[in-house]
Amino acid sequence: MNAVGYFTKNRLAERAKRVAAVAATFADAVDAENRFPKEAVEAMKLERLMGVMVPVELGGEGASTAEIADACSILGQSCGASAMIFAMHQIKMSSLVEHGAGSDWHRALMRRICAEQLLMGSATTEAGIGGNMRNSICAIEVEGDRFRLEKNATVISYALECDGIMVTSRAHRDAPSGDQVMTVVMKDQYTLEKTHTWDTLGMRGTRSDGFVFRSEGAAEQILPVPFAEIAAQSMLAHAHILWGALWYGIAADAVNRAHAFVRGEARRNPGVTPPGAVHLAEAMAELQMVKSALLVAIDRYEEAKANPEILGAINYAVDINLLKVAISTKILEVVDKALLITGINGYKNGTPFSLGRHLRDAHSARLMISNDRVLMNTASLITVMKQDASLLG
Amino acid sequence: MTVTVRDLIAKHGGLSVSVANLADDADLYAAGLSSFASVQLMLAIEETFDIEFPDRMLNRRSFQSIAAISACVDELTSDRKAA
Repeated sequence: MNAVGYFTKNRLAERAKRVAAVAATFADAVDAENRFPKEAVEAMKLERLMGVMVPVELGGEGASTAEIADACSILGQSCGASAMIFAMHQIKMSSLVEHGAGSDWHRALMRRICAEQLLMGSATTEAGIGGNMRNSICAIEVEGDRFRLEKNATVISYALECDGIMVTSRAHRDAPSGDQVMTVVMKDQYTLEKTHTWDTLGMRGTRSDGFVFRSEGAAEQILPVPFAEIAAQSMLAHAHILWGALWYGIAADAVNRAHAFVRGEARRNPGVTPPGAVHLAEAMAELQMVKSALLVAIDRYEEAKANPEILGAINYAVDINLLKVAISTKILEVVDKALLITGINGYKNGTPFSLGRHLRDAHSARLMISNDRVLMNTASLITVMKQDASLLG
Repeated sequence: MTVTVRDLIAKHGGLSVSVANLADDADLYAAGLSSFASVQLMLAIEETFDIEFPDRMLNRRSFQSIAAISACVDELTSDRKAA
């Protein structure tokens, strides 16, 4: 069987499950050693997951957002950091697929990503912008057909491990801070001078160190649409949906562990419902809400995908922002409940019920793009928006 | 009306250039209109012209340029005259 036959016969979910098995084996070591999950990412490449979103005619598989989200949730159940790296790569891919199709350079890159299984990173945050990635201080300088770009990036996840980085900057030296472009820069075109070490509570394996990023390349590497459009049309929805999916995965695994614990208790004392079972029922109800919200958001995105009018509308931005706030808040409650159920066995590391990593990883959800910032932005949008109270829309 | 729209942009747009130097079809986002400022601008326009932007106009394109904003205002005020 040729490779294409092999992979179409193997659904994306099956391939993600095989990667998840590898990721699970090393998840605790990645967390404890504060290191990149190289085994899991290697497995993603072996399963040829890097280019799945790329259209078939460019060597990919044209995977849907739903399928990618499913893979994120599968990976999230075994290793939050590996899942986050996968999600961040796919968010970059969504921007390339949606906005690079009309450019020869970006089309060639998509072919390369599929053929060589390249991992793409992202540099959107910058010292001095206060966490608002829709502003840049650095500006790209284009002279003739070449560009130069230097950015003091406080966070570039897995920068040392990826094959290319997509960088935001002001569109030119005189552009206001919100007039941004995104440029795809390959590994042999940039240097990284480390400024911050990623030593965090959770999501340790993403290795989101800070760097001064310096690069030169061809001007055609700049994506041909304003970054504001990229953010609205592909990035915002993909980020919140794919993050939400992996966060759901983290919470789902915590509930699984709590469930196993309660089953064990029930077996030991037949005829008596274990006290944790009530918490478990509550946790499952909450998890179900997270799942439902996600599925609705995925459906809506798949429907809206081809329609820039819908994706660019304020209502859509409000809904997708609120999805982020709701899921990131809810999963913490779910994992916390799972901890109550598993008790000291969940609190301890190294038991089948350990939840320390889940809890620490889950804590990143409210902070990566701070919910306070998301709510502030949303609050201003809500002032003009008209509320849609209908059930079916 | 375009004059009023220009005044409101000058007041609420937070642009990095003077509105007087912008053509009617110039890209306001490239001139520094942030999403926060665009919302403030929408609210000011609603108040000034006593109109309400329906959902279908609450998007980036409606506020892309002075001409686009004016077209929206024009449509909404002529709706009212017709009614």
